[in-house]
Amino acid sequence: MALIDLSKREIHCKIVYYGPGRCGKTTNLLYIYNAMSEKTKGKMITIETKGERTLFFDLLPLTLGKVGGFDIRIQLYTVPGQALYEATRKLVLKGADGLVFVADSLRVRQVKNRESLEELRRSLREYGASLGEVPMVLQYNKRDLVSSPIPTIGVEELDRDLNNGLVFPRFEAAATKGVGVFETLKEISKRTVRHVTQKNMLVGR
Amino acid sequence: MADLIVTTSALEVACNKIDESLIKAGVHTVLLVDQAGNVVASRGGGPKEIDIISLAALTAANFAATSELAKLIGEDDFTLLFHKGKKDSLHFVRINSDLIMVSIFDDNVSLGLVRLRVAEVIKVIKELFEP
Ligand SMILES: Nc1nc2c(ncn2[C@@H]2O[C@H](COP(=O)(O)OP(=O)(O)O)[C@@H](O)[C@H]2O)c(=O)[nH]1
Ligand SMILES: [Mg+2]
Repeated sequence: MALIDLSKREIHCKIVYYGPGRCGKTTNLLYIYNAMSEKTKGKMITIETKGERTLFFDLLPLTLGKVGGFDIRIQLYTVPGQALYEATRKLVLKGADGLVFVADSLRVRQVKNRESLEELRRSLREYGASLGEVPMVLQYNKRDLVSSPIPTIGVEELDRDLNNGLVFPRFEAAATKGVGVFETLKEISKRTVRHVTQKNMLVGR
Repeated sequence: MADLIVTTSALEVACNKIDESLIKAGVHTVLLVDQAGNVVASRGGGPKEIDIISLAALTAANFAATSELAKLIGEDDFTLLFHKGKKDSLHFVRINSDLIMVSIFDDNVSLGLVRLRVAEVIKVIKELFEP
């Protein structure tokens, strides 16, 4: 749920990075945080356990220029991936205006990817929304490992598993090196803001 | 979930009411936060600089978590949360399904007064932001 402040002419949107544990959601936010200038980023909050696993969420607030005379403010959230934390994930998902589903290219995570997407679909349904209704892009992460001896999943297979019919734009990424991170962010921001402005007929207001 | 659209006039009335009832009574910071954790309005501003964006996000998360806790024990929701610190205290109250109000005040202000004034402010804001 976006906040549209007609008095300050600001639009605030929430974008959630979703995906199985260890797929690289926090890494995406950290890369963005380190690459953005002080002027355009806020403080990054992470609520994690001792073992550096996300416990509740990570949050990174960003300012992303103007659209139709409105300043765009975006809050990036990640969910905790551990299977146990479904309730927490649902809380973070609440009110999301845009979604990035981060999939892990590691072969051993294939089932986890599918389960996580299924859970996302189910949680959205409980909030009265559906996949496809909320703007979403996919990110196939850890592509740097394709050239390593570790077994990985090909892009076509990931498409078949998670993006049948290619309904969602998808980006290949290596978040630790920053490859694909900003491409993903740009696309989801664009789609999210467009969705919010069109839904509320803000263009030209 | 519908987006929350805040108009200039509604915000002005809300802010004036907050100033007159809470800030004047000595509450040093008041925030209106939506349930996605966005800052709808921020008034006052104490001696120390407070990171209101983080505060807003954590407030929304805290409320969401507490209302899940409420469900687990068979309560509907907790509409009010209070954290007492050594010096500063935090008072959170749910105004409606969209909005939460946070008041931060030190031990020069009594909780009783804050409660009373918060109730007045809520009445006004509820009518302004009928979802
Ligand atoms: N090789 C490789 N490792 C990655 C990549 N992205 C994340 N990782 C690693 O995967 C692990 C889990 O990442 P993290 O961002 O904490 O995952 P999260 O659970 O989704 O937040 C960390 O050790 C990261 O360094 C990537 O693109 N390539
Ligand atoms: Mg994480």
